[in-house]
Amino acid sequence: MATLVYLEDHEGELVKGSLGVLTKAAQLGDDVAAVVAGSGVKELAPQAGRYGAKRVFAADDPALASPLPQPRVDVLAKLVADEGFDTVLFGASVLAADVAAGLAARLGAGLNWDLVDLELRDGELVGKRPALQDSVLVEVGWKGEPRLAIVRSGTFEPSESGGDAEVEDMAVEIQDFSQGAAMLERAHAESEGPSIEDADVIVAGGRGLGSPDRFELLEELAKALGGAVAATRAVVDAGWYPYATQVGQTGKTVSPRLYIAAGISGAIQHKVGMQASGTIVAINKDPNAPIFEYADLGVVGDLHEIVPKLTQLLRDRG
Amino acid sequence: MKVAVLVKEVPETSARTRIDSGTLRLDRSGAAALNPFDAHALEEALRIREADGDGEVVAIMMGPSGAADSLRKALAIGADRAVHVVDDALAGSDLVATARALAKAVSREEPDLVLLGQQGGDSDGAVLWSALAELLQLPVVSQAASLELADGKAKVKRQTEYGYDVIEAPLPCVVAVSDAINEPRYPSLKGIMGAKKKPFDTVSAGDLGLSADEIGEAGSRTVVLALADPPARGDSVRIEDEGDAADKILAYLSERKLV
Repeated sequence: MATLVYLEDHEGELVKGSLGVLTKAAQLGDDVAAVVAGSGVKELAPQAGRYGAKRVFAADDPALASPLPQPRVDVLAKLVADEGFDTVLFGASVLAADVAAGLAARLGAGLNWDLVDLELRDGELVGKRPALQDSVLVEVGWKGEPRLAIVRSGTFEPSESGGDAEVEDMAVEIQDFSQGAAMLERAHAESEGPSIEDADVIVAGGRGLGSPDRFELLEELAKALGGAVAATRAVVDAGWYPYATQVGQTGKTVSPRLYIAAGISGAIQHKVGMQASGTIVAINKDPNAPIFEYADLGVVGDLHEIVPKLTQLLRDRG
Repeated sequence: MKVAVLVKEVPETSARTRIDSGTLRLDRSGAAALNPFDAHALEEALRIREADGDGEVVAIMMGPSGAADSLRKALAIGADRAVHVVDDALAGSDLVATARALAKAVSREEPDLVLLGQQGGDSDGAVLWSALAELLQLPVVSQAASLELADGKAKVKRQTEYGYDVIEAPLPCVVAVSDAINEPRYPSLKGIMGAKKKPFDTVSAGDLGLSADEIGEAGSRTVVLALADPPARGDSVRIEDEGDAADKILAYLSERKLV
């Protein structure tokens, strides 16, 4: 197996998720290379050796300065064609998913995504993907090469094995349509808002709250429990609560002892950010909400009545 | 302005969905509906048409003949025209095979803008737009929390792991919208009645110039090997609120020493 791992970078660091995938790739076989693609990223390339890459390709070009997918498809397509990789692996992210799907379409290759494990079975690569709200685990494979895969975030921990990698510079050629999209404003790390990653107890709210001012109910409950308040993507996008508190695929991944989800339907986008929580309590009016499939305690009812009562009961206990 | 909206049919959230252990495909025999995530893409298209005062919204779906009702619902909500790509040869298409069929259907329409929802409500697939844009050779922007059109360009606020980017792409382009971008409307009675008179094209793989080896299982490079049970999460408890839910939650938490 000749594997290429796409390493994503952000603010001068290689992203942890992609280093985790590289670690796993190196455990599955020793012919593992990595690629970094960006502007000023060449200096990051040698780090990949510590996580098991034998070679690292550095596509370092101003045209790759913005984290946009299509120019990176051009870089990876050239690399696969020139070097003959039979497997290309990605750690899930907004950027990596778009790169992987574009690459699959260009190469006519098979892409399996949202994998929570990868293994070799009789020399064949097998991926495992949870489906139907994680009620079933599907084993997936590939026909032909290259095999492309996106691994669910947080699946593999990066671990250093201490090797050195040979860094190779890559000439970057970008197609016209790949340069169509342009970045006007880059996201910057938000310093505002409380840190939810270290909280022992999290009370999270979603669209079911009905309006932004209802977050007060959650803030009071969180205070009574000594916890922090988090939010879903839908309400953060709607401007109800700060981005720094967002839990899910494009937000934070948290694992508090207790996670109380109020008015959250529990779409996969949210679930991947909180499923490792110790105990999950869900309050939702809709008995069919997906969150009930993975809540430890599911409460079908109106959060606007239940949450204040619970807060009061906690206060009464002193 | 002509906007193409890609929609699909997914099992109703209340339906007990399963994967057929024989074919290893999603069993689509139960109650089905328009993918709720696609309703946001359709809503955005309708708002663009309304702001424009002119233009056309074409809803395009690939799916079995039984899915036609969901596509009609898109017409009832407000799309002007529907294109249903239906062919037995498409069954079992994976991401790239699906993107090939949809790319052909979209390019026939020559839209100014192609909109998709954030994910399929069934497979949790969230990568189609990028494969589609690649085959159409158009710029793509995903995870759009807002979309503005001006001067022949789409300006998108994209949410990533790090916050919000602002990205601009020239039309025509492909944009995948988040489910927070808008609040989708419901079909009105007038809309439902009017939908019956709207153009509804049914096209086959052959009509789109697709060969058998590009689509379906033959055109797919991924396979489902087997089904397994996921790791168990432990026993879960379900209660209905009868006025005492708060007490029950507290008792549950106390028992587990969580408060």
